Amino acid sequence: MRNLVRSKRFWLVAPAVVYIAFFMAIPLLQMAYVSVLERGEYGGVNWGVFSFDAYRNFIFERDLMDNLMINTDYLQVFARSFGLSAMTMTFALILGFPTAFYISTQAQSRRNFLIFLVTIPFWTNILVRNYAWILLLRNGGLVDNLLGFFGWETGGLDILYTPYAVSIGLTYTYLPFMVLPIYASLEKLDHRLIEAAFDLGADKRRAMMRVILPLAAPGIAAGCILVFVPCLGAYVTPELLGGGKFNMIANLIGSQFGSARNWPFGAGLGFVLLAVVLLSMVAYSLKFKSLPEDKS
Amino acid sequence: MNIRSVLLGASALAVLSVGSAKADESLFLYNWSNYFPPELMEKFEADTGIKVTLDVYDSNETMLAKLQAGASGYDIVVASDYMVDTMIKDGLATEFDAKSLANFKNVAKPHDTLKYDPERKYSVTYLWGTTGFTYDGAATDAKLEQSWKEFFEPREEFRGKIGALNDEVEMYNAASYYIGIPKCTEDPAEAQKVLDVLLKQKPFVAVYSSEGTIDRMSAREVQMHMQWNGAAHRTKASIPEAVYVYPKEGLTYWSDHFVVPKGAPDFENAKTFINWMMQPENAAAASNYAGYMNGIKGAGEFMDESLKTDPAVNMPDEYASLLVAGQNCSAKARDLRNRVWTKLKN
Repeated sequence: MRNLVRSKRFWLVAPAVVYIAFFMAIPLLQMAYVSVLERGEYGGVNWGVFSFDAYRNFIFERDLMDNLMINTDYLQVFARSFGLSAMTMTFALILGFPTAFYISTQAQSRRNFLIFLVTIPFWTNILVRNYAWILLLRNGGLVDNLLGFFGWETGGLDILYTPYAVSIGLTYTYLPFMVLPIYASLEKLDHRLIEAAFDLGADKRRAMMRVILPLAAPGIAAGCILVFVPCLGAYVTPELLGGGKFNMIANLIGSQFGSARNWPFGAGLGFVLLAVVLLSMVAYSLKFKSLPEDKS
Repeated sequence: MNIRSVLLGASALAVLSVGSAKADESLFLYNWSNYFPPELMEKFEADTGIKVTLDVYDSNETMLAKLQAGASGYDIVVASDYMVDTMIKDGLATEFDAKSLANFKNVAKPHDTLKYDPERKYSVTYLWGTTGFTYDGAATDAKLEQSWKEFFEPREEFRGKIGALNDEVEMYNAASYYIGIPKCTEDPAEAQKVLDVLLKQKPFVAVYSSEGTIDRMSAREVQMHMQWNGAAHRTKASIPEAVYVYPKEGLTYWSDHFVVPKGAPDFENAKTFINWMMQPENAAAASNYAGYMNGIKGAGEFMDESLKTDPAVNMPDEYASLLVAGQNCSAKARDLRNRVWTKLKN
């Protein structure tokens, strides 16, 4: 009997395992391999010839005298990406938590409708949505005109093609990823606990800080990761809304496979990014050892 | 199962196999986006019975990376001059000896040869043009100098109104012409000077983007844009005051070519297509669509009048000495260039 259960489990899990192995593990291994190869003279790589230049060049450069020097160009790109991602995550949290909380306090049928509204942006391609933001944010665009209508003559908003525009675009794109997990943890919240807090003399603020927030913490953490990590890999938004004026990590990686014709370095950058993301995931799983589902 | 249904099945199979035999005649073209008229694909299909499938890219390097990654199935790719060199040296081009094709006699000088493929064993001319910049004449009272200075150190009225191509090769080359250093320099000190020019210009640049240059000018979102001359020609349709500048310090003359990549599945069809494209009326159709000149004798009579009268497309002879051909830089020079570009974007 136990064998039967085990074999059933095996067959149920097998497709997922095969899928992940094939579409995730193999490409990752391939990139790991490319990152330690020597680059080809005309682009591509010399298969079978190993070199660790990619990782060395991330931090060091050779000056005219062929001395190794610290090169901060690429670290700056990483720092900018992390900064922008953290900012986006913060904005998404500030906007997303009240939204999720509001939805969770509604009647069941209304909740479903509201959640449905949150997912509407996913119906359209990300490229189209970013182009829409260009029309909204540009001088003489809708936002500019609306501000003028309410008596704030901006004389040209001058916000498109700046880091602010990138941050607005990223927050907009990833906000649903913040709302949904927070909602999921709030929805399961036992309302008797809040009543108990009030009965024991807590005011609204205290009930929020001591009861609701701690119970929603796993959802908040999951939302933060779901926003922060994809933001690090954003490619389209900095290119379109940032006017291509500064690189984020993905743009840098793209240019290594394109005009720089330096595949190993591009693959290496991808791996440095992956390492950082993995570390943050480990930190998350250490902090929240059990999944939100198990909390009830 | 009776005899009738067997017969029906058999004839259905026969029809299917005839159908598929015909569908086998196909050609897979890999080209720049917005660079080949859809009507011309239909005409080719009608003339030869070969069905064309089109895939597009946004830069030579994107195409190269895809071929180097082992993409197969393409019968023809369109590569710029310096990229033809890379493809031949990297073993990505198939020799097809263009001179053996019947219509090669239609190719005008100097397009019958190419620095990187002198005998035309691997390539045939498609379209060619220049990379300069366009400004909106309505935006200024001044008469602008024919110089990159107007682009890199813009006057008051153009500051913050400048669009640049998001193309490290084009931008680096233009800046190097402006200060008069070789574009494939391997000297870090010279690369630093290029970076200085680009960094000084950056605060005045509204956007770096190679896509939608025509729309951006038409919407007056920017009033000066680094552009390819065909795009400049098309900008004039909505902004008649637009002027395409041939800077006195020099500008890139580029040419694009049909190349048959290694392992092309329909080699004979590829040759048929290339031969067909050397007919004057077909080359002219491509020019009329894209706004660039072709290198085919007798195509002129099929070309739109607006192309022939536009100095952006039909370059006045006095500018001929300003043209600088594309050059395939060494890996060391490319590294310097990418470092400059990375620093510019920091």
